[in-house]
Amino acid sequence: MDIMTEKEAQKQVITTSQVEHVALLARLELKEAKKDIYVNQLNDILAYMQMLNELDTENVTPTAHVLPLCNVFRQDEVGQHIPVEKVLANAPEKEEQFFKVPRIV
Amino acid sequence: MELYYYPAYQLHQRLVKKEIKAEEICRSVFNRVSQVEDKIKAFITLTYEQALAQAKKVDEKIARHEKISPLAGIPVAIKDNICTEGLKTTCASRILENFIPPYNATVINLLNQVDAIIIGKTNLDEFAMGSSTENSAFFTTANPWDLERVPGGSSGGSAAAVAAGETILALGSDTGGSIRQPAAFCGVLGLKPTYGLVSRFGLVAFASSLDQIGPFARNATDLAWLLNVISGHDPLDSTSRPEAPPDYTDFLVNNVRGLRVGVPREYMIEGIDVQVKQVINQALAKLTALGAVVEEVSLLHSKYALPTYYLIAPAEASSNLARYDGVRYGFRADNAVDMIDMFKKTRSQGFGEEVKRRIMLGTYALSAGYYDAYYLKALKVRTLIKQDFEKAFSTFDVLVSPVTPTPAFKIGEKTGDPLQMYMSDICTLAINLAGIPGLSIPAGFVNGLPVGMQLLGKPFSEGTLLQVAYTFEQNTGFHLKKPALKVVSGQEAGQASSLVPEDQ
Amino acid sequence: MVPEYETVIGLEVHVELKTNSKIFCNSTTAFGGEPNTHVCPVCLGLPGVLPVINKKALEYTIRTALALNCEIAGFSKFDRKNYYYPDMPKNYQISQYDLPIAPKGHLNIELDGNIRRIGITRVHLEEDTGKLVHPGTITTSPYSLVDYNRAGVPLMEIVSEPDLRSPEEAKAYLEKLKAIILYIGVSDCKMEEGSLRCDANVSVRVQGKEEYGTKTEIKNMNSFKSLQRALAYEVERQIEVLGNKGRIIQETRAWDESKGITLSMRSKEEAHDYRYFPEPDLVPLVIDRKWVEEIRASLPELPDERKTRYQRDYGLSAYDAARLSAEFEMADFFEACVKSYPQPKIVSNWINGDLSRLLNLHNINIVACPLTPQQLGALLKLIEKGTISGKIAKTVFEEMFNKGKDPEQIIQEKGLVQISDEDALVKIVDEIITQNQKVVADYRAGKDRALAFLVGQVMKATRGKANPELVNRLLKEKMQ
Repeated sequence: MDIMTEKEAQKQVITTSQVEHVALLARLELKEAKKDIYVNQLNDILAYMQMLNELDTENVTPTAHVLPLCNVFRQDEVGQHIPVEKVLANAPEKEEQFFKVPRIV
Repeated sequence: MELYYYPAYQLHQRLVKKEIKAEEICRSVFNRVSQVEDKIKAFITLTYEQALAQAKKVDEKIARHEKISPLAGIPVAIKDNICTEGLKTTCASRILENFIPPYNATVINLLNQVDAIIIGKTNLDEFAMGSSTENSAFFTTANPWDLERVPGGSSGGSAAAVAAGETILALGSDTGGSIRQPAAFCGVLGLKPTYGLVSRFGLVAFASSLDQIGPFARNATDLAWLLNVISGHDPLDSTSRPEAPPDYTDFLVNNVRGLRVGVPREYMIEGIDVQVKQVINQALAKLTALGAVVEEVSLLHSKYALPTYYLIAPAEASSNLARYDGVRYGFRADNAVDMIDMFKKTRSQGFGEEVKRRIMLGTYALSAGYYDAYYLKALKVRTLIKQDFEKAFSTFDVLVSPVTPTPAFKIGEKTGDPLQMYMSDICTLAINLAGIPGLSIPAGFVNGLPVGMQLLGKPFSEGTLLQVAYTFEQNTGFHLKKPALKVVSGQEAGQASSLVPEDQ
Repeated sequence: MVPEYETVIGLEVHVELKTNSKIFCNSTTAFGGEPNTHVCPVCLGLPGVLPVINKKALEYTIRTALALNCEIAGFSKFDRKNYYYPDMPKNYQISQYDLPIAPKGHLNIELDGNIRRIGITRVHLEEDTGKLVHPGTITTSPYSLVDYNRAGVPLMEIVSEPDLRSPEEAKAYLEKLKAIILYIGVSDCKMEEGSLRCDANVSVRVQGKEEYGTKTEIKNMNSFKSLQRALAYEVERQIEVLGNKGRIIQETRAWDESKGITLSMRSKEEAHDYRYFPEPDLVPLVIDRKWVEEIRASLPELPDERKTRYQRDYGLSAYDAARLSAEFEMADFFEACVKSYPQPKIVSNWINGDLSRLLNLHNINIVACPLTPQQLGALLKLIEKGTISGKIAKTVFEEMFNKGKDPEQIIQEKGLVQISDEDALVKIVDEIITQNQKVVADYRAGKDRALAFLVGQVMKATRGKANPELVNRLLKEKMQ
């Protein structure tokens, strides 16, 4: 394991292997050359985020929506479909009426 | 004055009186575009022919003595993250470079219904992530007041186009300041409506719980007119407010007497340029002189808005942008060995650096083991920030602050340091977190660069903000100053080539 | 000593709801359209689109939850489940995470006369994915094709507690669940069309142990039969691994129907991290109690209730009552028949006997039964009246089933009316007695079986049309 000074260790919120894992989850390629830049930038940002830990939020309700709306529904009615030519018009690759993708495994 | 710099409400009167034709307005605007666009670079797509055809239809209606809507025949530029049927919608991203939506955003349908003329799609930071348009995959838009400076972002193209007379009106979107900050940098008015006032259907999502579409204009009246058209309930947007909005032109009253104005202490200290502060203080003095009661107020959790925002927005974005995978539309990378490889290559080549950085950040904040520490924590702090505003609005009708800590910065000045770039939104982020309306209006100048004043109100109090804006502009006139752009032809001799703003 | 193992199974069942339109948009849910024709910008996940909840889908979920004795949450919400797969237009699925529409329910299963209560952890609502078509198989295909017609069809997930103790119980649970869902009419539950799908969590533990063993998730079971086979195989496999001092790996395994084995679906890629978070495009559900009670009031009588009623009111055996109530169409047929011929036990015998036999023989569902409950009722009345004998009735019944004709018509056409005319029969009885003096002597000597022979002879002579009761009486009288 790398030996880090205490200060560096504190700053190291996210490790290179975590960054690699996150990149995989997000389906992004990490170029070897750019890995360190990413790790450093994310660490800077995340270190800044630690500021939130100053706040005691034990009894605070999270806000996922700012409006006090609930129960917004639509009726069960069928509407217009888009013609299949338009559905496929933007497709990078298609075959017959399907979208075509590379092998799954 | 050339037609392209006319207010929409005057153009409407002249159309109705048959003094001018919609086609002339349209030609004037496109003529202006041809003169300045190579410097400003506000547009990704222009719709010259369709726009003229639509304008002619408006002229036919007028000729047939049909009643026309207030915005009929008025050119409007659309930020290129709002879907337009049959018209490329790129989000300034390689990944959507050739994407042609088969449907219209609700706001586009609303504009079409009133015969407004869509003249083109404007530049932005890729997927609205940025504060300068430097993150556009295609080009950077220049600030009409100083071509070496950024127009702000992410709706930089829309703000610059309005400021430079390349359109009469424009739509932008605001997730953390993306309408207000470029409006301030470009010396025009820009409104981020209350969350839920304007339908988000068809706005390419960045952060769904924060995004709102809003109008740009050169005066409060035009802004009210455009807001009248785009606001209101949309059954296609579950987060749209069911109640009908008022007629915003009813609020265009020259009076702020007795208005209780709060000035958040936290927005007037740290990191705010001294000269910007002076401009805001002068504006406050003006409001006081007009009869408003100005007092200081505290929004205790202000400093937490930035970290809170940069957890919530990227988290939502990481999910919203997952659909760009090269399967159904958009860019697909070549030579992939399998599905995962195709996803990774497509997204890595298709997205720019800032977008990827935020996707990474957001993915991390939501991932197993970190959700509570980051995302949930941020949602809780969001509650505290919202409560700060609720408390302030129990005493005050509006809050006033700078929009940005400094006037427009130089192109390239902040691109190396993401955190520094994020800091330029320090005065605007909390407003999206709280979901309240924020209006940026021209309040003065620092070294020839416009400075914006931010007016904040309680949810759905856009009318009050418009009243303050209207009163302020009636009694000052900063909004009338135009950038002195050098133009290609000699027609614009009246507009001297100086960076010093001049009265028209 | 080889330890005894106990099987522990929990099922995750997905049911497509029978709404007209999709869960978040107004595209049709119709099965089997041309590829990518039942789509709109919303279910295609185009940039900028937003979901709006189909109220009917929520109603159907609540309806199911009530039928499964679940609590209905006062507050519920949707969440995004994030993972990449090309059949998902947004690369996230709108689902429910920590606050499902309905937690905590149960249903009863009956196996060999024993009733067991199986816990239901939760019922929640989510959107279905599109479909991938692989030319060849998924592993050998050089590319795949995607059809999004199914994307956004409302999908209900019903998760059981790990309460099932054998593959047979798992099958019984799924059958019962299907029966209930068909009773309440929220899905057509066609496994072959994928409107009913089932995954299983399987583990084994040493008998008597309290903690669960490591579980595997079994997918790709496309029929009740394959569910039972796959689970039986997987239980065997796990016991064998443990018996060889091996360890069970927590993983997803696919059932291979042709080979009859489960296979690991492990990929070299990451373990799933779905990054659930509240769906910002949908507002929460605050479920109105009054509405819930309205839905509850509209529920039909469910299989267990019907079964109990048949036992209580009609005096049927538990076995017969269970058979009749398993499918609501069968139960409805039974009840309609009882209405026209109010002798439930006789009706039950005919339905569970001859009718079921013929339905099975011709592989016909009760819905497509060629004869109506009223026709069966009419036949039973004719037997009671003595117009035909029970034996002739069987012939008439088969004819009714094959031709769909009324019993009276068949009897008339074939001249099958019973001979109950005493004068006509006396002649024949006399003849038979004369011809069989030895048997008559046997009878008189106390051999009861001799009477049966003589009755048979009379029936033979009348080609089965003689009223057997009358023949019996006449013979006895003559031989006294």
